[in-house]
Amino acid sequence: MKQARKTMITALATLLAAGGAHAQIVKLDGSSTVYPISEAVAEEFQKAKKNVIKVTVGISGTGGGFKKFCRGEIDIADASRPILKKEMAACAQAGIRFFELPIAYDALTVVVNPKNPLKQVTVADLKAMWEPAAQNRINNWKQVNPAFPDAALKLFGPGADSGTFDYFTEAVNGKAKASRGDFTASEDDNVLVQGVQRDTGALAYFGFAYYIENKDKLKALAVVDPKTGRAVEPSEKTVIDGADQPLSRPIFIYVSEASYKKPEVREFVEFYLKNAAQLAKEVKYVQLPAKAYELNAEHLKKGKLGSVFGGEAEVGVRIEDLLAREGKL
Amino acid sequence: MQPPAPSDVALIRADITRRKRWDLLFGLLGVLALALGLMTITALFVNMLIDGWARLTPEFFTNFPSRRAGQAGILSAWVGSLLVMLVTASVAVPLGVAAGIWLEEYAPKHWLTDVIEININNLAGVPSIIYGLLALGLFVYGFGLGQSIRTAGLTLALLILPMIIVATREAIRGIPQSIREGAYALGATRWQMVKHHLLPYSMPGIFTGVIIGMARAIGETAPIITIGALTFIAFLPPAPVTATPPFINFDWLPAPFTVMPIQIFNWTSRPEAAFQQNAAAAGVILVAMTLFMNGLAIWLRYRLRKNIKW
Repeated sequence: MKQARKTMITALATLLAAGGAHAQIVKLDGSSTVYPISEAVAEEFQKAKKNVIKVTVGISGTGGGFKKFCRGEIDIADASRPILKKEMAACAQAGIRFFELPIAYDALTVVVNPKNPLKQVTVADLKAMWEPAAQNRINNWKQVNPAFPDAALKLFGPGADSGTFDYFTEAVNGKAKASRGDFTASEDDNVLVQGVQRDTGALAYFGFAYYIENKDKLKALAVVDPKTGRAVEPSEKTVIDGADQPLSRPIFIYVSEASYKKPEVREFVEFYLKNAAQLAKEVKYVQLPAKAYELNAEHLKKGKLGSVFGGEAEVGVRIEDLLAREGKL
Repeated sequence: MQPPAPSDVALIRADITRRKRWDLLFGLLGVLALALGLMTITALFVNMLIDGWARLTPEFFTNFPSRRAGQAGILSAWVGSLLVMLVTASVAVPLGVAAGIWLEEYAPKHWLTDVIEININNLAGVPSIIYGLLALGLFVYGFGLGQSIRTAGLTLALLILPMIIVATREAIRGIPQSIREGAYALGATRWQMVKHHLLPYSMPGIFTGVIIGMARAIGETAPIITIGALTFIAFLPPAPVTATPPFINFDWLPAPFTVMPIQIFNWTSRPEAAFQQNAAAAGVILVAMTLFMNGLAIWLRYRLRKNIKW
């Protein structure tokens, strides 16, 4: 009895005292769009390292990921858009400096029901559907464009915490997060896929990878590039040669400088850059040109910190142009 | 007294028949309500079973999650769930039972205990996400326990604490007053009376409450997501039992983790159809775990009740 009581007390003491056990763990968190790539890299990395270095990947959205990142809770933030000014300020306040590494392209895809006769839309059409002023007003395809079918317009899109939402609203409505509010929002892209599949008047946008997986149930619309006037269908080729503008975007990982000094994080990031092209392709994303990965490695080597975006979301920039810029903190 | 006239007898019979009809109708209504619930759960379960059947192999239990649906398993999820439940049980059961006994046997009756009572009954109905928010502020940031197994275990312990307290009190209230008086008459102190009589006799009820609480906790997703459980985790926390002295170790408590409902949630949000099968298979296992726990509760109650002789 006495022995048991002693064990209990020791147990309780240990329970309270045990701090973070210092196993070699690399922590990633953030965007659900970047998650499939990070997961693939983490899986392969742990296999290659025989599980000596452990990797965890969470999903809390690009914004949620940056919050944790700037509190120093994680080593790497997954982001489907560049870091914003206020996030940079939070990081700076906590003394967290970072490397910004683009790792792949994601092409936002606008999809409709296969029964919809439409083949292409212009960015102006999309704006007419999605701008804040359209709320409670635009609810038929004919209102957007007289040439469109006479059918009720049902909109589906990702929720406001998502980097995809930020990017699409920026690219289409000209201002991040400016969107009508009366659409079916879900962080779960499968909900969007099902919504479009069930409703002939539906339209949705989400990442290219989800479209590829559901090609037989959905129809992707070609988007007319406002600069060239050409309608471009989202595909691997059009993304790489920069033709699929403005709806394709680079996605990133942000690595904390302090974490990068730890050998396990360094090894993981090196592994990530070396395998990103191949693994991105495997999980249905589009790899960056080889030059981009080389530039990333160079930035790490030279200790080039900060974001090249200056806290502003930019639409339709080519990745090589981006990487040539000097980052600021 | 005069025998009732034949017309009266007919009237009475008609009245009885009418009332019997209502009786039957209510019985049918009850059966219908029951069938509706049972049919829903059966349909859901069978549907999941059909979807996930192909994935229910031994490897499914021994593989870590993977981006390839065919190789993905629930090893880190079920181990995580088990360890979280271990923490939950070892915190919630002693606290809940002690609180229940105190409220029922020791507490003086005045406004403060009334307030506590009302609060406990209210807490049992608070949505689980609220507990998650509390835990995020208190355990994760306040106490700096991190997004770990111990945080999750403590959160779920808070969640089921009111259920255990209520169950304990119900069980104690069911014990006849004469037992208490008998013990006191023989000179027992209050603690002796509780230890030798109340606790053993109320055990079946307490167990039922504990296990039903645990069955609820194992399926909880919202508070665990709020405190930041991870989605991809392909390693196990350090084992609680070791081969070398002191044989138990507590390094697993601060370890990062994932649990079954989160693994299911993650798989359902994947684009590939094969992951939906994985989600269905994991769902079958989670429902089976819950059913098993509830079954255990019934069996234990039955066994323990048989041992009570007063």
